[in-house]
Amino acid sequence: MSTPYLEIKGLKKTYNLKPILGGIDFTLDKGKCMALLGANGAGKTTLLRILACLIKPTTGTVHIAGLDFGEEAQQIRMLVGFVGHQPNLYDDLTVLENLLFFGRMYSVKKARERAAILLQRVGLARRTSERVGTLSRGQLQRLSLARALLHSPQLLLLDEPDAGLDDEGIALLEELIREHAEQGRTTLFTTHNFDRAVKFSDQVCMLSGGRVVYQQASADLEVGSVRLAYQEALR
Amino acid sequence: MTFLLQIQAILWKDIRCELRSKQTWMSMGLFALLVLVIFNFAFDLRVDNKAAIAPGALWVAFVFASLLGLGRTITSEQEKGSMDRLMLCPVDRKAIYLAKLLGNILFIAVVEVIALPVFAVLFNVPLFTGELLPIVLLGTLGIATIGTLFSVIAAATQARELLLPLLVFPLIVPVVIGAVRATGALMVSSINEPPWLGLMLAFDVIFLSVSLLMFEYVIED
Repeated sequence: MSTPYLEIKGLKKTYNLKPILGGIDFTLDKGKCMALLGANGAGKTTLLRILACLIKPTTGTVHIAGLDFGEEAQQIRMLVGFVGHQPNLYDDLTVLENLLFFGRMYSVKKARERAAILLQRVGLARRTSERVGTLSRGQLQRLSLARALLHSPQLLLLDEPDAGLDDEGIALLEELIREHAEQGRTTLFTTHNFDRAVKFSDQVCMLSGGRVVYQQASADLEVGSVRLAYQEALR
Repeated sequence: MTFLLQIQAILWKDIRCELRSKQTWMSMGLFALLVLVIFNFAFDLRVDNKAAIAPGALWVAFVFASLLGLGRTITSEQEKGSMDRLMLCPVDRKAIYLAKLLGNILFIAVVEVIALPVFAVLFNVPLFTGELLPIVLLGTLGIATIGTLFSVIAAATQARELLLPLLVFPLIVPVVIGAVRATGALMVSSINEPPWLGLMLAFDVIFLSVSLLMFEYVIED
């Protein structure tokens, strides 16, 4: 049996004594894609921020590619690409300057060429010299995706990546997730869209009250049963 | 090498953002000039009291203008969430601190370059001697070293504008006293003065070392 790429054990997080995550356990194999479902406040974003080494858990362990979260955070950061709720880009820099800056942060070789390829891929090739502050919400989300993929991460963490995207953008997102998986890389994304969760993942995991309440392989699932499980979790 | 390149990249980014937004430099520069003008009119400057008043006025302008800028550089990153994004990168936290520190020193230095000639004219003091340079450099380094560290702490709170001066002022008192007295000594030579430059240098070395060690914990927790 192979070692899982992502392994979470007994993960808890409290803020001001309020439990946000109440003991999360799951594993995800290399090259697999997991959809994380849950109502607002279920703990999805907190879980992703912990996996991205942005915040520390109160207790529990996380291993990514066999690396220990607590001791090898810098190596883990190199492996992870993250798209959050907010684009978190520099408004006063241009589209290309933003990508080049993050390219230097991740020591990406031939960053300019890589940025050009990704901007072409996300449909922003004609806007490279425009300041990020002038972009629309959907364009910012596309640029965030390009930035997350810039250093060819092994684990892609996407927190509601479909937010703000039009139909064309969502089709692009789905293509990018599929391509990422085809390259043998791992993806974990949160969404409120059950169809997308079942269609583009290998596993569906549902959080409620900071705990995993449902986990199934997507191949065995129908959207209706996921919706039913979601409603039960909300009760 | 990567460490230096990362510092350079963050510094370049900060300078480019500031050159385009002009938020920090403009407000800092105007504030410093305003303080100098007000002090010039507020005090009855005479030959015998100039050396006592002028250095204080100069450093009050520098300190308050610096705090205005120090608060902005980190707060704007925190507000836009870009600091979070920077923290996601595999960057040594010391590189982030040093880049922010160098950026702040540069911003303050620009204000000083604008304010010093105005000060020399308004207060009619011949300050353009080589001896002023180390005083300004060490004073600025001391203010920026502490200000950069504590602006991160203050930025994480809602009352950041109030908290930053409360945290920074008590700690920079030694270096400001040293800078004022050393500047005053340039105008009127006096005997039995402590070695102010040495004291400022010691202050800077101690607080720079402490800030470098603490920054990782401050920014991540």
